[in-house]
Amino acid sequence: MFDVAALRSQFPILQREVHGRPLVYLDNAATSQKPRSVIEAERHYYEALNANIHRGVHTLSQEATDAFEAARDKVRDFLKARRREEIIFTRGATEAINLVAHSWGRSQLKPGDEILVSEMEHHANIVPWQLLCEATGAVLKVIPIDERGALVPGAVESMINARTRLVGITQVSNALGTINPVARIIRLAHAVGAVVLVDGAQAVPHLATDVTALDCDFYVFSGHKLYGPTGIGVLYGKQALLEKMPPYQGGGDMISQVTFKKTTYNDLPYKFEAGTPHIAGVVGLGAAIDFVQSVGLEAIAAHEDRLLAHATQLAEGFEGLKIIGTVPGKASILSFVLKGVHPHDIGTILDNEGVAIRTGHHCAMPVMDHFGVPATARASFALYNTTAEVDALFGALRRVEELFLK
Amino acid sequence: MSDLRDLYQEVIFDHNRHPRNFGPLTDANRHADGFNPLCGDRLTLNLRVKDGVIQDARFEGSGCAISTASASLMTEALKGKTEAEAAVLFDGFHHMVMGEPTTVDLGKLAVLAGVSEFPARVKCASLAWHTLNAALKNEADPVSTE
Repeated sequence: MFDVAALRSQFPILQREVHGRPLVYLDNAATSQKPRSVIEAERHYYEALNANIHRGVHTLSQEATDAFEAARDKVRDFLKARRREEIIFTRGATEAINLVAHSWGRSQLKPGDEILVSEMEHHANIVPWQLLCEATGAVLKVIPIDERGALVPGAVESMINARTRLVGITQVSNALGTINPVARIIRLAHAVGAVVLVDGAQAVPHLATDVTALDCDFYVFSGHKLYGPTGIGVLYGKQALLEKMPPYQGGGDMISQVTFKKTTYNDLPYKFEAGTPHIAGVVGLGAAIDFVQSVGLEAIAAHEDRLLAHATQLAEGFEGLKIIGTVPGKASILSFVLKGVHPHDIGTILDNEGVAIRTGHHCAMPVMDHFGVPATARASFALYNTTAEVDALFGALRRVEELFLK
Repeated sequence: MSDLRDLYQEVIFDHNRHPRNFGPLTDANRHADGFNPLCGDRLTLNLRVKDGVIQDARFEGSGCAISTASASLMTEALKGKTEAEAAVLFDGFHHMVMGEPTTVDLGKLAVLAGVSEFPARVKCASLAWHTLNAALKNEADPVSTE
């Protein structure tokens, strides 16, 4: 039995009010709220363990290192990676993609090579590749999407070719909720010798991930969308690829030996973790993974699917409302526009009712261009949301209607 | 609690539904584009300025109610003003939406005073005015509120 009330009680922020009303937090695709266990893990780290890692012989340093490396093992298990050396801590999914673009991309690509991304990518999975293309003369190609917000059928097959070197694809679209057939894309890419980076930022809170079964080459996600802290994320990379890649940043922790003649680099994963990392964030991420696994991703997905189905039904009965992103079986994101009202006005009025949603382009301007809208309103659901909160969203939308469309 | 009615006054709804001076201006001699990347608002402002006086002002684009109404009200206020008077209005308007005192007589523009209670919307109200600044300087690059 999925006990939403019990789960909600673990999230202190859900007790607060906004403009005199109970907070209805439906902006989970932007960032999720944090359970007490995550907050306590960070607090415990600073109150009891804080020291720099991989350095001192003193007790605190050893305990901090143990906590840090235990979190790496949790991430390895969470992603079903083969080896802990394949788990690199970054500041987030964005930095992880930039790491691959910079390190793998600049050492591998030559003019005329092709990078393939989709039209529904977040800017974080577009701009690093544009920078890479500028630097190397490679060419960025874009897999188009259709009117439902799915990849155009057959487009991947026709666009992957012998010049394709990398495919960057989101597993779940942050603006539309579309779940992409990444396993099939990976097979197609591997058939021509291309590598695949999967952006899992929206996927990890909803879908069980198995990078080994997927056979993706790189997988990235951010901790803060997974009920974990901000400022911490993960790059998974296949060991053979990571070993061949040059370091991304130079500094402490990533070196083996430094002289002014020659510096040798540390082994994986430390080669890509220059400088003192966000240790508390890593510890918090470990606690977030424990939390998600204790609830169970299958149960979470089933709950969110119920919320999305309820929201979709109400949306379809709401005059003038158009859902943007209508692929069956999508993740728990409801993006929409309301005839005659700009999303930004919707956002302000909903906020006044205590309902937090995202309005804007969701860092996916090409998606907005595709649908011919400047912006959308987006409600995104998490494990602690309730059917009553979905009803509150639509109650608040009635208020928008009263104000704007009477 | 900030009252929504302070922000969304009837005059604002009226100008949002029926923006004044909306459309192209064929004999314009000043022009600027404005963009608010936060909400995707885009605005094109065209002016006809002669002997330092703004004879006509029209705008095009799409935006939220606040930015549309602000642009509409601004174009009404600008007609017949000198460039120097327009600059004074800009200053006064800026102070008003930031919630700062101003001695400038803003006339109808005062309906946007409620914006100061909604910090996230100040950029919506000021987009047209920043675009005006650029048009009077005839800056080539689109202005951005970011």
